[in-house]
This record gives sequence, C-alpha cells and structure tokens, in this order.
Amino acid sequence: MRINGRIGFTITSLLIVLACCFAMNGCSPKDETRAAKTEDTEFVIKNKGSDTMVNLAQAWAEKYTDVSPTASVEVSGGGSGTGVAALINGTVDIANCSRQIKPKELELATQNTGKAPQEFIVGYDALAVYVHQDTPLDKITIPQLAEIYGENGTIAKWSNLGISHSDCPSDKIIRISRQSNSGTYFYFREALLGTSRDFRIGSLDLHGSKDVVEVVGRTPCAIGYSGMGYATSHVKMLEVAADFDSPYYPPNLENVLAKTYPIARPLYMYSLGEPTGEVKMYLDWILSAEGQQIVEKLGFVPLESKQ
Amino acid sequence: MNIFRKKSAANLPFSETAIELFIRLCGISSIIFVFGIFFFVFREGAGFLFNGLDVGQFLTSVEWQPTSLKNKRYGAFALIVGTFSVTTLAMCFAVPFGLGAAIFVSEFCSPKLREAFKIIIELLAAIPSVVWGFIGLTLMNQLIITVFKAPIGLTMLNGSIMLALMSVPIIVSIAEDALKAVPDSYREAAEALGATRWQVVYRVLLPAAKNGLLAAVLLGAARSIGETMAVLMATGHSVNIPSGPLSWIRTLTATIAAELGEVARGDEHYQVLFIIGILLFTITFVVNLIADLVIKGIRQES
Repeated sequence: MRINGRIGFTITSLLIVLACCFAMNGCSPKDETRAAKTEDTEFVIKNKGSDTMVNLAQAWAEKYTDVSPTASVEVSGGGSGTGVAALINGTVDIANCSRQIKPKELELATQNTGKAPQEFIVGYDALAVYVHQDTPLDKITIPQLAEIYGENGTIAKWSNLGISHSDCPSDKIIRISRQSNSGTYFYFREALLGTSRDFRIGSLDLHGSKDVVEVVGRTPCAIGYSGMGYATSHVKMLEVAADFDSPYYPPNLENVLAKTYPIARPLYMYSLGEPTGEVKMYLDWILSAEGQQIVEKLGFVPLESKQ
Repeated sequence: MNIFRKKSAANLPFSETAIELFIRLCGISSIIFVFGIFFFVFREGAGFLFNGLDVGQFLTSVEWQPTSLKNKRYGAFALIVGTFSVTTLAMCFAVPFGLGAAIFVSEFCSPKLREAFKIIIELLAAIPSVVWGFIGLTLMNQLIITVFKAPIGLTMLNGSIMLALMSVPIIVSIAEDALKAVPDSYREAAEALGATRWQVVYRVLLPAAKNGLLAAVLLGAARSIGETMAVLMATGHSVNIPSGPLSWIRTLTATIAAELGEVARGDEHYQVLFIIGILLFTITFVVNLIADLVIKGIRQES
C-alpha cells in the first residue's frame, strides 16, 4: 500500500501539472473572449433546477429577452436537487426548486459561497394523479395513494380499489414515479407518506415530468404523478380527497387557490445572497403581473390572485 | 525519470527529440489517466466503504432507499442482478448475430460487398447511445407492447435489444480480425480434403479462431455492462429483481447517472454511488483482463 501511495502521489501531481498546461493553453483565451463579449452586449443570468419548472423558466426567459435589452437568461433542468447543488457550487445565479431548500443545503451553500440563499415563491403547482384515459376510476384518496406507493402498502391491484379494469388483464397497478433528485418525488412522498415512510421499491422511476404523463398515456395499467400543466388527451387526472371523509376535488386553478386540492405546493426560486442588479430585475419581473401571467398560461397557479 | 531520456539525443536534431518526447508522453499518459481515474473513484468512495457501509447488505439486499429520511438503506443486489441479466440477454442476441455477420463478412462475402458491410457496421458503432435510448423509449416500447401484449414496453428485453445493437459492431470487427488471422493454408488444406464451405468454417476456422472470437464476445459484453444512457431510458429504471424478459429493471450505471447530479459532495449517498463505480470498474476490469489473456493466448499459438 505504501508503494501504491507513492505512485498515486506521483500520478496525481503529474495529472495536476498536465491539467494546468491544458487549462493555460486551451481555456483561458476562450473565457476572456466570452467575458468580453458579455460585457459589451448583455449580462447572462444562469438559471438551473427543477424539471417541473423548466418549461415555465424557459417561457420566462424567452419573454424576458423582449423586456430587457441588457440581460438574457440561460435555463437548464435536471431536477431540483441538481439546481440546489449548482447553487451550492456557486455556478448558477438562480436555482429553480419545486421543494423547499433543506437546512443542510442552506448551510452548505452559505459555507461554500459565503452568501445565504434567498427564497422567492414564484407560483404554485398542483400535482395531478394521472391514469390512462380508459381506466374506470375517477377519484382517489390520499390514504389510498399512500397504500399504492408506500412501503408495505396494501394496494397492488386495481381490484383492491374496487374497480375492474378490463384494459389491464394482469390487474396489477404499475406505479410510475420519478428519479430521486426530483422535487416532485420529495413533495409527493411527503404529502402521501409523511417523513417516516418510504416509497415502495419496484416503481418505474422516469426522468422527467413529461415522460411520466407520456408513459401513463400509453399504459392502461399505470398510475403516475406529475404537474397538472403536463396533461394530455391520453390521460385522465383523478379527483383527490385528503381522506375518506373529505370531498373530492379535481386539480384546477380554483381549487388550488382555495387550498381545497390536497396536493399543491409552492414553486421556489433561490438566489445567492440578496439579489442585485440584473438578477434582482429579473426576479422582480417574474413576480410582476406580466411574469405571473406566464405562470397561469403554462398550467400553474399564479401568486397575485392567491393573496 | 529515465523513461524520458534518450540514449543518443546528442546526435539528433532538436525537432526529432521533441517529437519523440511528445510521443512518449502520449503513451505514458494513458497509463496515468487510468490510474488517476481509479485513484479518484476509489478516494471518493473509500471513506464510506471501509467505515460505515455494510458490505454484506450492499451486495445482497434489494432495498435501495438512499433518499429515505428515516432509514437509509443501500442494497445494490437488484442493481447488480439488473446489470448482469440485461447484459446476458443482450449477449444472447448479439453473439449469434455478431459472429454470424463476422463469418459472413470474412468467408462468404465478395470483396466489394465486404467493404460496404464494414462501412455500414462502423456506422452502426457511431450512433450515440442516447439515440439508442430514445429509439428504445419510443419505437421499441410501442413494438413490445404490440407484439408481446406487455403492459409496458420499457423492459429488460427492450434494453437488451438496444445493448445488442450497440455491441454487435464491436463483436463483428474483432471476430472478423480473428477469422482473418487464421492462415489460408488451413482453409486450403481443408478444401483439399473435400470439405464443403460450411465444414471449413465449422470444423476448421471456428476452432482455430476460438480465442479471438471469445475475446470479441467479452469485449462486447464489457461494452454492454458499461453502457448508461440507453439502459437508463429503455429498461424502466425500476429497482426490481426480474422474473423474465418482460420485467423492468435498473442497472448499476443508470443508477449512478440518475442520482449523482443530486447528491451533496461527500455525502453518504455520494460515496455509495462511487462505491458502485468501484464495483463497475472491477467488473469491467476483470472482463477486459480475461479478454486480454485470451487474445494473448492467440498470439502465442500463431
């Protein structure tokens, strides 16, 4: 092991030297030109995170080019966790997040960058429970969903829900879920199972809000969850009740505003420290009537009308 | 560092020395990179591997719950089974097609057709894996639903067909080289004894080239094990012990790809993903080592 250690040391030092050479030759001139260009023409706001919010963020960014001549916005998705990770590393100006930032992440970001992330609620999203359009089911309760998705859950078949699903001969419920860096995944788990129970393994963990709806639309046996803005004509959104005694509510604007629909959540944006300059102008614009109009247009619930 | 020293440097012009030094550096760099990568992957995962991770549970439990708030469990058994089952099934498709194509190209094909075939097979190797994944997600998904009446087409079968299509080019080109390496005198001797063309292939060429063919298969398998995007998109990405080709599965590589973006650096979950990396490194290393030893076997024979 000692010899290996020495070889490892030699190798890493050589690697560092090589990396430095490459960095000096390859990257720095490019960076300079890019910096010079952005200084002259426009400021680029880097924006990354939640897949749920990526269409919304894109729509904002596109519209914002008309509003501001001096700034443009670069949007990418990847999941809420990815956005927060980028914020912690200081590589983005704004992180999109469909869940609240965790205390540990807040601490890490402050430690790493010296600036505490600032939270902005930019809209609301209702999570719709999707089934295939031919499924003879219209409503479901949160406890039922918990038994479908939760660990040691008791509902595995459509007949357990009291329906006979003729398009699904195996009768087995195929659970569609999300990959574990998705804010949707965390929010749905907490809304259904609280903090003490996990999802049952064996669900299909898809890689985007749109994919969930698309796969459910092709699979009569499937049930899935995604933002209500992603509905297509191949799927059906179930009415949801908080428990067996509560009334059922379909996911729509009015029910989210009235807080009667049980699985709706705020959408967040985080900036590093108190936003300044172009970043502040962008966030102010998002919270303005014009920015909030886009929220409603994309199937989410805007802020203004809620307060 | 005497590897950089040239014995008769004084007699040669400077440019010659510089070029030779550069070429030496290129050769050595690949070794440095391999060790550097291994060192990095191992360093990131080592802390938790030796201190905290229950290795027995890691290798035998199917409970993969890295994001649990109450009780984090890192059981990679289903992922290991997923990787091996999808690779095995992929090889079931790729080996007959790959070796068959290699035999055809090397023995039965006219020279003109052979050139065309080689170009097309190389084209097949040039398709990026995310494109294969997309084909799996859309086209093959629908096809499997229609043909097998499966409830969902994102299955082990789907993933293994994609992997087979990706490893066939590797198998064909290496296997063809192995068949070409069999001396013509073998073929002539067999034909002189009255063997038909098929008998020549079956009785003479295949036994003579068996090491090369095995190496081709192993390198194809290594490619399948290491593949990420296509299996992430086509297999359903579900922690599940498969019960047949129409089960959905999740592989080691896809797990790293899907989860590494989220985790905080240095976190337990982050380290476990690197331990999966070490596991994958070991698996592909063993497969490549076997392939190398097998190829060495051929060289000694010929």
